[in-house]
Amino acid sequence: MKTLVCVKRVPMTGGRIVLTEDKQAIETKHLGFAISPHEECGVEEAVRLWEHHGGDTVVLTLGPADAQEQLRDSMAIGIARGIHLVTDGEEWDPEATAGAIVEAVRADEAASGPFDLIFFGNESADSGGFQIGLRVAHALDRPCATGLKGVAVEGGVARCEQEEGGGRDVYELPLPAVVTVLEGLNLPRYPSVPGRMRAGKKPLDASTPERPASRLERSRLVVPEGESKQAEVLGHGADAASAVVDLLEQIGVAS
Amino acid sequence: MNLVLVEHVDGAATDVSLQALTLAAGLGGETHALVIGPGGTAAAASVPAAVVHVAEHDALDAFAPDAWASVLCGLAEQIGATAVVAPGTGRATDAMARAAVRLGEPLAANCISVTQGDPLLLTRVRWGGSLLEEARLHAGRALLTVAPHAVAPVAAGAPGSVETFTPEIADADLVVRVRDRVAPPAGGVSLADAKVVVTGGRGVGSAEGFVVVEELAGLLGGAVGCSRAVTMSGWRPHTDQVGQTGNKIAPEIYIACGVSGATQHIAGAKGAKKILAVNTDPEAPIMSIADYAVVGDLHEVLPAVSAELRRRRG
Repeated sequence: MKTLVCVKRVPMTGGRIVLTEDKQAIETKHLGFAISPHEECGVEEAVRLWEHHGGDTVVLTLGPADAQEQLRDSMAIGIARGIHLVTDGEEWDPEATAGAIVEAVRADEAASGPFDLIFFGNESADSGGFQIGLRVAHALDRPCATGLKGVAVEGGVARCEQEEGGGRDVYELPLPAVVTVLEGLNLPRYPSVPGRMRAGKKPLDASTPERPASRLERSRLVVPEGESKQAEVLGHGADAASAVVDLLEQIGVAS
Repeated sequence: MNLVLVEHVDGAATDVSLQALTLAAGLGGETHALVIGPGGTAAAASVPAAVVHVAEHDALDAFAPDAWASVLCGLAEQIGATAVVAPGTGRATDAMARAAVRLGEPLAANCISVTQGDPLLLTRVRWGGSLLEEARLHAGRALLTVAPHAVAPVAAGAPGSVETFTPEIADADLVVRVRDRVAPPAGGVSLADAKVVVTGGRGVGSAEGFVVVEELAGLLGGAVGCSRAVTMSGWRPHTDQVGQTGNKIAPEIYIACGVSGATQHIAGAKGAKKILAVNTDPEAPIMSIADYAVVGDLHEVLPAVSAELRRRRG
């Protein structure tokens, strides 16, 4: 079985988002970076499928040179090789991103056969476009199910579970297929030290695609108002209990 | 002319669909609506659009996103819609993304305001609502989803007219369809509906430490939540997680214990009417988001609050 996971490098924003002076991006000078949460579960799932079925596993990202860190993180928990579509750090819109991924998939498939399953996050944590997986699936003419919290592969079919109305809807996709997943699909493992050592030696194919003009063109970013206030301190430690219960009674939830 | 995809439950348009109608009205021109699937005719009566188109077809009894996209694209082209708008729910967003790629157009997800023009100007949410983006949309046909609960809904009301039609649906558009259903787990107060949510963060310290969180939630008839740090540590299941990538909650009061207040977490708690933070660090980000705070160790504060509740109840 051959699987691909597409991931995005995003900043870990912490308590408050601060923008760059030109309002075009988040100020990341003091921030760490990670794989966008949904995709982290995609990586874990691809590794589990490989542990069960064997075969080839590939991780792909479109992002700046530093995004190699997220590819290595994925390889550290078991992905076999990486594809890095290197950008100058400027954001790509969903159509452009999907287009570059489709070309990379076609090139890899021409060299080493089709991917049975391609994983995406349902949406990225930062720009939240909700569409790249579907655009890639359409271009490749493969079935796609989105927002999944369960994926099981058996006999050439992916059984997919999607939360809807409290329960779960079940889809059955014939492979090859594309799935977009949500956090909660699994609990991703942490990489081991030997895993990290091995990851540094795994093959990584880098190329620099050309960014087309954006049809969803960002003008500027804005931090919403009304986020900042100062909490009224009801008290300190166990002594605050009485004031807390007064508050709960006042809101009408104490009994 | 604008076309709005309207979702419906129990024979009525959903609230988020009525919000999508609000956003579409801001684009000017006549608004048409599309309702799909069983119950569509009944639901059409609650949709205040000039024309409500009801798509009826046996193949639409089970949700099939490609079939929805096909119906949506066909109708948009037939009536010459210059904008197609849908609520930012899982299903509608999925169908809209499929429609966008079929029509060769961009899709702007989770918009909160739009201004007609060429290009169309819009504001959309990023980071689950923690950041806004102002953007220009260069499109032949504007495809937009509307962020849930960001704009007021239009009042439900009777449509100008209702037109029922039977779309042609290709077999290829039925490959991806709901084939089975797993029922929701029984019992317990769901996080989404709870009037009180008591959440533990990293400050709880361990899976066992949640006993004091569970005790208070139980006394208040509320639900237990947790932060992403807790889920990733394996202390609680992801189903308990509140945040951008977890549950969105809207309780009367949200009691956040040992939670630092990262944007990822707060994105899930924006619907809370009041927030009470319990934290040892008076400088934690949660203190500038909460309405009330207790500075102290949750392992001392929560048992004291539970004891006081019991004492007053006699």
